[in-house]
Amino acid sequence: MPIDTEPALAIAEPTGARPLSDLEAGDEKARSRLGLLLALPGIVYLTVFFVIPLGFVVVTSFATRTRTGRTAYESWNTDAYSKIISSDLIRTVAWRSLGLGIITTLICLALAFPLSYFISTRKPVVRNLLLIGVMIPFWSNFLVRTYAWRVLLDSNGLGTRLLGALGLGDGRILFTQKAVVLGMVYGFLPFMVLPLYAALERIDWSLVEASRDLYASGWGAFRRVVWPLSRPGVIAGSILVFVPSFGAYITPALLGGGKDPLLGSYIVGQFLQARNWPLGSALSVVVLVVMLAGTIVYFRTGGRTL
Amino acid sequence: MKRMLLALLVAVTLLAAACGDSSGSSGTQTGAETGAGDSGTEAPASPEPTEAMAAGAQCTPGQTDGDLNLYNWSEYIDPELITKFEDQLGVKVTEDFFPSNEDMFARVSNGNPGFDVVVPSDYMVAIMIEENLLLPLTRDAIPNLGNLAPEFRSGLPFDPEGAYSVAYQWGTTGIGVNLDNVGEDFDESWGLIFDPEMASQFKGKISLLDDPRETMGAALKYLGYSLNTTNLDELAEARDVLAAAVDNVAAFDSDQFEDLLVGGEVDIAHGYSGDFFAAFDGASTDDYDAYEHFYYFVPKEGGTRWVDNMAILADAPHPCTAHAFINFILDAENGAALTNFNFYASPNQAAEEFIDPEILEDPSIYPTPETLAKLEFIEDTGDFEINYQDYFTQAKG
Repeated sequence: MPIDTEPALAIAEPTGARPLSDLEAGDEKARSRLGLLLALPGIVYLTVFFVIPLGFVVVTSFATRTRTGRTAYESWNTDAYSKIISSDLIRTVAWRSLGLGIITTLICLALAFPLSYFISTRKPVVRNLLLIGVMIPFWSNFLVRTYAWRVLLDSNGLGTRLLGALGLGDGRILFTQKAVVLGMVYGFLPFMVLPLYAALERIDWSLVEASRDLYASGWGAFRRVVWPLSRPGVIAGSILVFVPSFGAYITPALLGGGKDPLLGSYIVGQFLQARNWPLGSALSVVVLVVMLAGTIVYFRTGGRTL
Repeated sequence: MKRMLLALLVAVTLLAAACGDSSGSSGTQTGAETGAGDSGTEAPASPEPTEAMAAGAQCTPGQTDGDLNLYNWSEYIDPELITKFEDQLGVKVTEDFFPSNEDMFARVSNGNPGFDVVVPSDYMVAIMIEENLLLPLTRDAIPNLGNLAPEFRSGLPFDPEGAYSVAYQWGTTGIGVNLDNVGEDFDESWGLIFDPEMASQFKGKISLLDDPRETMGAALKYLGYSLNTTNLDELAEARDVLAAAVDNVAAFDSDQFEDLLVGGEVDIAHGYSGDFFAAFDGASTDDYDAYEHFYYFVPKEGGTRWVDNMAILADAPHPCTAHAFINFILDAENGAALTNFNFYASPNQAAEEFIDPEILEDPSIYPTPETLAKLEFIEDTGDFEINYQDYFTQAKG
């Protein structure tokens, strides 16, 4: 179930390979063998804790729910997939999740871009301190932090009073869509900041100076130089934020009060309430495939302009 | 990327094979009944008579055959009772906890990871019997069965003979209210939640259980239908009633409804009797009596009544210790200790003289016969469960 697991930070590296000398090429074979050996623990880990469980999900999606709600691994069919295709309810829930994912991603991008820009243009010492600041929340558990928001946003919560004083809300924020978006942006913002920072930090600022010398306006320099150069970071960050927010379960359940069901809660319901594992699995597989396809397309289209 | 996808595909194919293997081995694990796990899918399997022959069912009172592995709801047993049992029988008890019947079922239905005693609710007992997951009880090994109130000895819809399960605790699902904000003078009805006029006074101050059967069941009861209906029109009506009420609802919450009520986030909370009392008790101090400010009731239209039951898994590693444990819990004083700890009603009639009088005389814990008559057990509706789930999801948004 692809729910609220914090994705590992993968920051896109430039792929410009250095030409190999003859001597290095001779070592190539031994080196690749060593590489395989070093990668082995990682491969084993991923196989045991990712590929095998995922395989079970795929297999379960073709199994049958018995009358009692047990999953029968004896009779195989694609009923679950037929239901996903034909169900208006699932479509509604999916659109809602898509909307929430896009909103979260856009807000994160809008907040993270200036922040990353600011960080990347500081002195190295300040830069590192600020980066640590961004990562500190990761040192505590996501669930615990979400519970903390519950306290902050309830009727007498500090957050509620603060937002009320600023005229940004009247009454309890907890159990509203506002609270859900707030919680998601809070949770996923670092996933946007870090890749954006990595991209902005690498930009050769003399290019910006050059563009200004050639009479580009400030906006023009941003649009023609900074933005294109930061694209890899924008793409990586958007994927890292969109993927978990599309399947989010914990944040909407705790902060949104379980109203307006999303894909994550629908899938959980299939497992823990309806005892309909095949449907829950099939929906997980569909979400996974759609995400994977979307990511590939996104990278490909982004890749051309890198 | 292409090569990675290919590798993934290969892995999945390999897994399909591995999976076939593991379900096969769990089939053999699930017991002496040859392949019942496999064939039981199509035809509703009747409890296999051969199962009575399962080894280890020959136990005598107080006999032990190893340490006990107990799989129970959390906060459901006084830890002192566990210690007492360990001291009395000289065995060790390992406890594991489940948050819902569905979680427990998932964990034991494809091969028992080693549990002896489980504590499923009513409808889940019926399912587990049908799936051949439970060991028929050796009644001779549980002399304290006579302590049960007659209505719990036999005639329960999910296990009419009491052949597989022994009632542990029971309770009701109803409404908890904040008297300061709702007033002393309100109609004890589901209308507090579902009547648009009444409920709109408490907009944003209502919580409902995030459970399709309980919450759809409450709406069905409000409409005067059975909460086990398999009539799609009635269910649709209940969905519409619930959908209209969602505007007033703050949250669907099955885990913290009692805290939401006591903490003042909501004034009307739908939930389980014992959880409310535990919260009222926890909120009370020497100079603050929470019971004067909060109140739990079963609506006049009726609601859910549930029984959690002790049962022994068909392939329990220590069936005799399991029988000894059930007998221990059924002891009058021990049964009373349970109720005094978790505020749920005891099925143990002999225990009543040891139960705190306040609990025993509280009609919201021990409902009157008139109220009892209006309560229903949730029964599994088979394939129809899917409709409850979908209609509930539709109503929520």
